[in-house]
This record gives sequence, C-alpha cells and structure tokens, in this order.
Amino acid sequence: MNAKTTSTPTSTIAGKPAGDGLRFYGIWLAGIAVLIVLPLIFSSGGSLTSFSLIGIAIVFALSYNILLGQTGLLSFGHAVHYGLGGFAACHMMNAVVSHGWPIPLPFIPLFGGLGGLVFAIIIGWLMTKRAGTVFSMISLGIAELVASSSLILRSVFGGESGISTDRTALPKIFGLSFGPQLQVYYLIAFWLVISAVAMYALTRTPLGRISNAVRDNPERVQFIGYDPHVVRYIAFCFAGFFAGVAGGLAAINFEIANAAYLGAIQSGLVLFSTFIGGVAYFFGPILGAILVTYLQLGLTSVTGVWQLYFGIIFIGIVMLSPGGIAGLVMMHRPLVRAGTLPTVIPSYLIAAVPTLALACGVILTIESISRTHSGQGNPINLFGVAFSPASPLTWASAAVLLIGGFFVARLSWRRVAEAWDRAATVARDRGYLA
Amino acid sequence: MTAAIEVRAVEKRFGNVGIIRDLNLSVAQGERHAIIGPNGAGKSTTFNLISGHIKPTSGEVRLNGDVISGLRPFEINRRGLSRSFQVTNVFARMSVWENVRCAVLWATGHRYAFWKNVDSLPEVRERTAQILDDIHLTHRRDVPAGLLTYAEQRELEIGITIASGATVVLLDEPTAGMSHAETDRAVSLIRRLTEGKTLVIVEHDMSVVFGLADRISVLVYGHIIASGTPEEIRRDPKVKEAYLGEEAH
Repeated sequence: MNAKTTSTPTSTIAGKPAGDGLRFYGIWLAGIAVLIVLPLIFSSGGSLTSFSLIGIAIVFALSYNILLGQTGLLSFGHAVHYGLGGFAACHMMNAVVSHGWPIPLPFIPLFGGLGGLVFAIIIGWLMTKRAGTVFSMISLGIAELVASSSLILRSVFGGESGISTDRTALPKIFGLSFGPQLQVYYLIAFWLVISAVAMYALTRTPLGRISNAVRDNPERVQFIGYDPHVVRYIAFCFAGFFAGVAGGLAAINFEIANAAYLGAIQSGLVLFSTFIGGVAYFFGPILGAILVTYLQLGLTSVTGVWQLYFGIIFIGIVMLSPGGIAGLVMMHRPLVRAGTLPTVIPSYLIAAVPTLALACGVILTIESISRTHSGQGNPINLFGVAFSPASPLTWASAAVLLIGGFFVARLSWRRVAEAWDRAATVARDRGYLA
Repeated sequence: MTAAIEVRAVEKRFGNVGIIRDLNLSVAQGERHAIIGPNGAGKSTTFNLISGHIKPTSGEVRLNGDVISGLRPFEINRRGLSRSFQVTNVFARMSVWENVRCAVLWATGHRYAFWKNVDSLPEVRERTAQILDDIHLTHRRDVPAGLLTYAEQRELEIGITIASGATVVLLDEPTAGMSHAETDRAVSLIRRLTEGKTLVIVEHDMSVVFGLADRISVLVYGHIIASGTPEEIRRDPKVKEAYLGEEAH
C-alpha cells in the first residue's frame, strides 16, 4: 500500500498524541491511589508481605528495563547491583546504629542505590564497550565473579549466613518504628513511586531518547555525534543505581542481605519478569514483576515443580507474544480506538475454553508424573476436583484434555486470527493502524 | 581558501588486497562534488574512510584543514561532517519525529543530558519540525521509521544526515532504487537542503550526477583517474574508456 495516499490521521498510530496530558497524570495518580488503598483492603500479614515483595520486584524490573528495553543490553548479571545495594544498605543500617548517626530508615534505600551505582561506575566502562553477545557474556562472568567473591570475602558479605540488621534500631522519623510490615510496605511504596517516576522521566530526556537510538542502531548513532559506548555506560549506571535501591528495599524488608541476593537465580528472575511483562513499554516490567512475584509466591505453595511452570510460561510468551503482556495489551489499542474490539471478544471467549482445557491437561500431566516419581502420591487438586496421580483415570483425562484441547484450541485460535484480521482492516481503514 | 575535504595519498588494504590505492581528492568549500565509478570501485569505501567508519592504512584526510583520519565517526561528525548510507540506516523502531530529533540533539548542545525534558526544548522542537517540513514527512511524524515506504526512508535518511547542521555532507547513493519521479523529488530536495554546504555524493544515475555536480571525480579500482567539471569529465578519454565508454556500448 502506498502510504502517501492515506492522509488519514496517522498521527494516532505511535501513541502519545498531544493533549492527553490529563490522562497521563491520571494514570500515575491512579497508580499511587492503588498503592495507598491496597493494604486497607487486603490487610492480612500475608498480603502485606506479598505487596512489599511485588513493590521491590517492580523497582528491580524497571531498572532492568533501562538496560534491556531502552538500551538493548541483555544482562545476565543485573542482580549483582541489587545484591550489592542490599549489602550496602545493611552495612549502612548497622553503621547508623553503631555510630548513632541521625539517618532514619527511609533514607537507607538511597545508600543501597549508591552501592549499586558505585559498582556500575567501576565495572560499567569495561562492560559497555560492546553491546550484544559480548556484553551479555561479560555480564555473566561478572555475576559469577561477584557471587563467588561474596562467599569468600566473609567480612563484607558475611559468608553463608549473610549480613543481618535491625531496621527498628535506626533513628525514628515521624514516630515510625518500621517494625510493623504495614509501615515497611508504605516505605517500599514510597520508594517505588519515586523510582518509577524518576525512571520514567529518564526515558523522556535526551539521554533516554539516545539510548533508544543506540538500541535500534548503534552504528548510525556515531554519525549523529554520539559515542554509543558513553550512552550505554550512563544507562548502565542508572540501571545499577535503581537496582541498588531495590536491593536496599529488600534489605529493609528482610533485615538481611546474603549471597542469594546477587546470584544467578535473582538475575534470571528479573530478566524473566521484565521479558514476560514486555520490554517495549514502560509499564511492561511492572506487569511482569507483579505476575512473576505473585506466581512465585502462589505456585510454591501448590506445587513442587513451580520452576517448570515458569519455564513453560516463559517459552510460551517468547514464542507466541514476543512483546510480552504489555505487547498483547497494546496490540488492542487501535481496535479500541476504531471501536472494533467488541467484534473480537466473542472469538476470544470461545478460544478460552479449549485453551483452558489444554492448560489443565498440561498441569495434570506434569503433576502426575512429578508426584508419582517423587514418591509422594498426594492428590492433584484442580479447580476443586481431586485427581489421584497414580490412577489411570487421571492419565486418561490428562491425555484427552491435552490432545483434544490442543486441536480444538488450534482451530479456535485460527478463528480469533480471522476475527482479528477483519477488525484490524476496519481499524486500518479508519486510520488507527499503520 | 582551505579545501572542505582533502584526501591525500590514502591507501586502504584488507589483508593483502588494496581496495583504495593512492587516493587523492580535494573538494572546495561550497562545492557539489560527485564521485562516480563502476561497481566495486571503492566509492562507499572512500566515504567510509572520510567519515571515520574505517581507518586508512596510510595517508591522511583533512576536514577544513584539520587532520581527521584516525578520529572516530562521532568525533568527525562533531567537527561538522555528516553522512548518509547507501543501505537505509535509520532507527527503525522509533518514530520519524524521534529519528530526526535524535540527530538534532548533539548539535543543539544537549549531549548526554539526563536532567532535561526532551519535549520541552524549544530549539530542538523547532529544528526538528523544520527538517520534517523540509523532507516532506511532517504528515508521517509519528510513524515508526521501519514502517515507512522505501522512498520515504531514503528521505528520512537525508533528513537525519542534515539535521545536525553539518557544513560538509556526504550522501551515498541517495536515489538508489527510486523511480524517476521519486528521483526528481530527491534531487530537488538535496539541491535545496545542501544550499551553501559542501556536498559529496556517490551516485550511479548519470542524469543526477551531471545535473547536480559542480565537479566530478571518477574512481576506478580504488584510484581516482580523473577529476574535473562535468564537461571535462565527459570529454576525458580515460574516463570514456574506463567507465562511460563501457556504458555507451
């Protein structure tokens, strides 16, 4: 199609047309309101702990996306900054207590951030010399180096047991002891808002824009006056700082920092959250961090092989929706604008049934295999129905759900694609889609 | 007056293979200079050598009298030399507006600033809008560059190249792959946008070359065999034999 002939409102395609400032601030204010109200609605200790962990995970994932989504750097060792931030915060808290410095707890995450930042400044120049595979491999090496050092340098990292601290021993501010989880939650929420606003603002600066340019085409950037190495380095330092803030918050929350903070699992988890959420949009990592933390907390209590499910979800997202959840959500924006979304919904609902059946089949298969092999024959509870893992009836239902679900799901998703094409054509005709 | 670009005895070897041999080229201030030559003659390599994309094995390149050979591309760019690419080389996932704006940022002095809101820099906004207007892409400003038509991408490529306000502009086959109408458009665009600047252009389309250039250099096997006005080049027997003659068959 010759695009020059369509002079229709193409300006709406890339999002952010001028004049929706009100909606923009509305979203941020709504987010803050949710953070304030959440613990009032779900006030149990368990949910407060979950919310706190989710808040920390969001800051961490957003910091990771400065690298992955905005600058195009795939790091396998981002938890190094998180962990060092955690250790820095713990040492700072202990120093504040032993020296009697007048630094209250809410300022501690800043020192976590500095811990992450200082390490990024030291190691970053070498690391960001090249992007791509070279960067990824070096990040992996550095992560291993720091993780093994953490077990060797006992005085700094406290060996196996880590460095513990007491958050309530710090000077009080506004009469808050930060003993109760509720106060810690609000402290985390406060830093979450500050960090998210700061990281969003960073994307709107000259450096943030040039980071995107470096991500898209580092070669060309050199011919518009920029050194891509410097751009990557500064972005890396910012990512290190905010990862350190997240680590500092974790140190406050758990009152301990140990080697697990900066290990490969933590690095993998943040990559996982960010990617599942979607790297192309600022809010993607937020969704990913919420989902992954929630799943992690939820799945560990119902199944022994929760990592396997993580793997399946990850592969599914990578293969079926490389843009992550945010990509899936934003895909529907032109349809919403063109008013054709309702024409797609029924096909979604139809496709949901066999997809759910397929998912149940997968779960039954995995659980019956893992539970028979681990020797613990406790029944599989699926939507209130108990299945015995050793029973042939379970295997038969698993097979039926798996095979039947797969074929029916394929057919029904084909219908979704057709409905999509029709809706997208209308949206295109109305000028809401390129 | 010092030449805008002065290439002296430049050689470029890849291993034992000499791609560029004893290259000498002088482009005066404000001149429109075309480099022509058969495929594989080393035209793009010459651009890469001048713009710092690759370093010469020996010899030197001067920009406005200062030696620039050995400098990195962004250092050369900051001294006022900008280039486009033969294969479209834009920021595919960013909008047209963002593409041009990124190219404006260094020249307007905002560099690596992370304390300024990029949307509230009036001179950046005005200059970006001006360039989009110049390259006739204002109506496509929010479209990701990767989704533009080929001709539009070529125009954007020129826009990015001139956005920094460089005084020396190198264009590598700006009309390659364009239709006649698109070529005419591109040529008038180039003519207008490089007014008062020094232009070096690599081009295969002889009507573009002879219509646009003040002077022409003919590059054959990494060596300039002739350099002169279009009229001189047309009459030059060596050129006829090596290049134009082949085409006349």
